[in-house]
Amino acid sequence: MTITSVDRTTARPRTDDALVLDGVRAVRGGRTIWSDGSLRVPTGAIVGVIGPNGAGKTTLFQLVLGLLPAAEGRIEVLGGSPRRGDRRIGYVPQNYRSAVSDAVRARDLVTLGLAGTRFGVRRISAADRARVDEALARVGATGYAEQRMSRLSGGQQQRVAIAQAIVDDAELLLLDEPLANLDLRHQHEVVELLGALREERPVTIMVVAHDLNPLLPVLTDAVYLLDGHPHHDRIDEVVQEDLLTHLYGTPIRVVRTPQGDLFTRGG
Amino acid sequence: MTPSSDGLAAVEFQTNWLQVLQTDFMQHAFLGGTMVALAAGLMGWFVITRQNAFAAHALAHIGFPGATGAILVGAPVTLGLAVFCVGGGLLIGLFGSRGADREVATGTVLAAATGLGVLFASLAAANASATTSVLFGNLLAISSGQLWVFGGFTALVVLTLAVLARPLVFASVDPAVAEARGVPVRALGIAFVVLLALTITMAVQVVGTLLLFALVVTPAAAALRLTARPAAVAGLAVVFAVLSVWIGLLLSAMVDLPPSFFVVAVATLIWVASLAATRERTRTWPTPAPADQPLVPARTS
Repeated sequence: MTITSVDRTTARPRTDDALVLDGVRAVRGGRTIWSDGSLRVPTGAIVGVIGPNGAGKTTLFQLVLGLLPAAEGRIEVLGGSPRRGDRRIGYVPQNYRSAVSDAVRARDLVTLGLAGTRFGVRRISAADRARVDEALARVGATGYAEQRMSRLSGGQQQRVAIAQAIVDDAELLLLDEPLANLDLRHQHEVVELLGALREERPVTIMVVAHDLNPLLPVLTDAVYLLDGHPHHDRIDEVVQEDLLTHLYGTPIRVVRTPQGDLFTRGG
Repeated sequence: MTPSSDGLAAVEFQTNWLQVLQTDFMQHAFLGGTMVALAAGLMGWFVITRQNAFAAHALAHIGFPGATGAILVGAPVTLGLAVFCVGGGLLIGLFGSRGADREVATGTVLAAATGLGVLFASLAAANASATTSVLFGNLLAISSGQLWVFGGFTALVVLTLAVLARPLVFASVDPAVAEARGVPVRALGIAFVVLLALTITMAVQVVGTLLLFALVVTPAAAALRLTARPAAVAGLAVVFAVLSVWIGLLLSAMVDLPPSFFVVAVATLIWVASLAATRERTRTWPTPAPADQPLVPARTS
């Protein structure tokens, strides 16, 4: 390794930021969810989006996806205004598993990530099929590609969802609670997958999580929603006892293991 | 057919059933029934996946006052049905897609419409048998004029579904992602309800308001038990629906009883058979889940 540390304080050129918020206020149903959002998420970061329930983590995703307009301020996603249907963004919503029906196979769902927006009767091309196979293989889902989604375990369904999000070569991945309801082993596997994806391609990954611990090994940055405002910082600046304690409104300790791994715990 | 002494209609084998099959009304029934089965079989998958089975059932009931109202004022039944089904469908669509709200709204509209249907039916008392055929279907009374209408509706449903297929599938199985990906989820929902209303307008005239489920939902449900490959499900659902209509009509010609019962009976039998067939398979299924492949290639450093 020749570059051991990057001076993160140098101002990055604008094109280097995957997401820029400038004085943004998010309003949903006439209620301000958060305000004064000014932050930059650098390209290639793996960002934990954290904050207590109802702080507006999912709302942030909706703004980035162009599903919700900013009530105030300016948003820049991958160098442009947020736009619904931006093919450069891969999205896995919250509660993905309960939303998926009996009627589709894993392969069908991934194919929809590629061809689901196309009207008309054209067949899926061999090239598209190859991309679907590749995405399924990338998440290790080849073995159950022909199974119905409802027959898969939670961890397997989450992998298929990620395959659908990356099949179109997304530059920005938005994952809303991808670890919810997964057991420790499957949590670990998904986290490992995110880290590996980041190493392979210049993708920026934003992960909403209520528990930071399983993600800490791969996170480089965090966006945290504190007192009604979103902030961005490097992950080690965020994993601080006083900040997390303030954030969640309950005492939280940060522990560093002899191996150098960070984790947080209540009390 | 002469009533027997205990009041039951005599059920006997019609030796002239082959001639019956060649009559105009039977030919119309086969042609009309096949078109309806084609549309219904294709729509069924979406009805199930979108969890709209109850709405489909309700739409048929909403068509009831349309049909009896048309009889009352002397308008074509198909027109009355179509107006009420499409209108009712849009109304249900406007109530939004939130599960519990939609169920209550649908049920309330259903009850109100059925009440209105009863009112119209009693005002048009002279036409009681016409009311019965709305409730239970009358495949044998399809006119050549209706056939043209059915042809138009079926072509519209099939062609529109062909054009909308992928985005509609996306919006049906994965609405949150589809919306983020730019699929016009809400517009597709409205288009779907209109197609469903047209399908139901036809299907009501085949199996009637009360038995409609068997043609619009059951064949697709049976197909879905057997396979999850989208094209195979669509094909099988159409085959099941068409078989139900054909075998139903054949049996009806043989014993001279209304076809609705036989159509529904065949559809139900196919569904039960599909349950039995897949139960067999689940018993052998618990093969160990395919092992997860490593997510991350082994580090080389």
